[in-house]
Amino acid sequence: MRRGDWELLALASPGIIYLLVMAYFPMVGAIVAFKTYLYNKGIFGSPWDGLQNFQFFFRSQEFLSITRNTIGYNLAFIFLGTVVAIGLAILMFFIHRNKGAVSVYQTVLFLPYFSSWIVVEYIVYGFLSQQHGLIDHAFFPPNHGINWYESPQYWPYILTAANLWHGVGFSTLIYFAGIMGIDPTYYEVAAIDGASRWQIVRRIMIPMLSPLIAILVIIALGSIFNADFGLFYFVPNNSAFLFPTTQVINTYVFRALIDLGQIGMSAAVGLYQSVVGLGAVILANYVVKKLNPDNALW
Amino acid sequence: MFLGVSKRFDISRILVYAVLTAICVIVMVPFFLIVSSSLTSTQTLTLHGYSIIPTHFSFLAYRYIFRYPAVLLHAYGVTITITVVGTVGSVLLTSMMGYVLSRKDFRLVRPATFYVFFTMLFSGGLVPYYILMTHYLHLENSIFSMIIPGVITPFNVLIMKGFLAKIPVEIIESAKVDGASEFRIFFRMVLPLSTPALATLGLLVSFAYWGEWFNALLFINNQNLVPLQLMLYNIMNTVNFLANNPEGAATGLHVSLSSLPTISAQMAMVVLAAGPMMIIFPFFRRYFVQGLTVGSLKS
Repeated sequence: MRRGDWELLALASPGIIYLLVMAYFPMVGAIVAFKTYLYNKGIFGSPWDGLQNFQFFFRSQEFLSITRNTIGYNLAFIFLGTVVAIGLAILMFFIHRNKGAVSVYQTVLFLPYFSSWIVVEYIVYGFLSQQHGLIDHAFFPPNHGINWYESPQYWPYILTAANLWHGVGFSTLIYFAGIMGIDPTYYEVAAIDGASRWQIVRRIMIPMLSPLIAILVIIALGSIFNADFGLFYFVPNNSAFLFPTTQVINTYVFRALIDLGQIGMSAAVGLYQSVVGLGAVILANYVVKKLNPDNALW
Repeated sequence: MFLGVSKRFDISRILVYAVLTAICVIVMVPFFLIVSSSLTSTQTLTLHGYSIIPTHFSFLAYRYIFRYPAVLLHAYGVTITITVVGTVGSVLLTSMMGYVLSRKDFRLVRPATFYVFFTMLFSGGLVPYYILMTHYLHLENSIFSMIIPGVITPFNVLIMKGFLAKIPVEIIESAKVDGASEFRIFFRMVLPLSTPALATLGLLVSFAYWGEWFNALLFINNQNLVPLQLMLYNIMNTVNFLANNPEGAATGLHVSLSSLPTISAQMAMVVLAAGPMMIIFPFFRRYFVQGLTVGSLKS
């Protein structure tokens, strides 16, 4: 170590200490999943209780349902989000010479990204509330509407729509930037050879975009066990009737910890989520590496 | 031709405009719903429900809020405080760490990068985090519980590493030859040279702080420390509670009736709390994309 190395280490030390406390300490603290937590003893003083917390969770009905919900929603979000965003980006490319129009479309599509999930909760409530909701008033005779907040079967569609509305503008921007980065001479040559618009999209644009698509999809698959807490906690308005289709791992852990105070059990579920999540990231990166080493995360 | 050079009437281009315009209108409908409900009198809302276009304009909701603006202004104060303090701290600490990782001649650059990167791959989960914040750091009901957690995120450090790696090595080398220390190089040369990168980071970080609710939900019970988003959530909860317990409302069980916002006042609150951010941030949309694309560069 030269003098400069020590100085650089000193420059990084606030960050190193910060991560030690805020990220690495909780990793060690995850051992609380194997303990009976006592408030006055802290994590390290509390007595061990083996795998009891895990047994409790893995034997419960919730284990399968929240895992299924988390994976199912994420797969739907990734698939729909990617397809719709690429579609919109290609449509925008067709008119990209009209910069003003593209800019207006992009801004409008991006707006929902800046509304928090709490604002989305209000919006969805405005559409679905039983007393004054827009949908019940517009499409159903008085007092014959659907009681949305007690009907879990509709919520996979509602939450998927909310998520698409909220996030598609951002992905569209990224894919549009990707398309604009493709060398236009490819299209010009193809057009001279008589290729149709659709052929150019399918044979040139999509293949040229595929590294970007692969990276974004695989990064998303890496966090497939991690649900967007705000969407699932706020938007269904905390209605227990909807838990069968809206409870995901993150909301389950939160409610077990904050509402029920089941520290050991919720820690066990959190640890289960972190471990399978790490497995998913490593697997996803391994797959990218096989496909194209340049695109791998590490 | 493909790129639309042809001058002939092109039906498919019109179709593209039509589809994109239709989608944008659909995307805007929820915003119309909120704004229009805030401009409709509560009586009309109770009678005809929420609507996208207000039939009877009424500014009563806004007048009601502006007569008693304390709650809203206080929440703004909290949000502005955590955003300013958090952003300044975050930009400084994140760029310090990102800069060190961007120096390929630093001996520990590989282990240090892994040290940061690993926290993106694995986390202890919510429960140890909660215990850390409450039992060990005693940050419950402290404004710092909403500031400290976002100061350094591994993702932002890697974004800064990407940005700062673009500074020409020759500049740093020549400063070292002149005998400048690493601190001097960083604070006197690197920071002034990378103001665009710092601005981008500041934008991303301030957006995150402005929308803060997660830590507030976990750690804040004190009414004086409620930020904007949590304030909106609390209003929604009060309304839900009253809807489910009408007799509780009559006896004023938990909430005094005078603080009960009407439906339109509730929506006006959403407009006033969330609106300004939605007008300001979209202007900077290209920086959001820039941040993400640089961040996904391989380390």
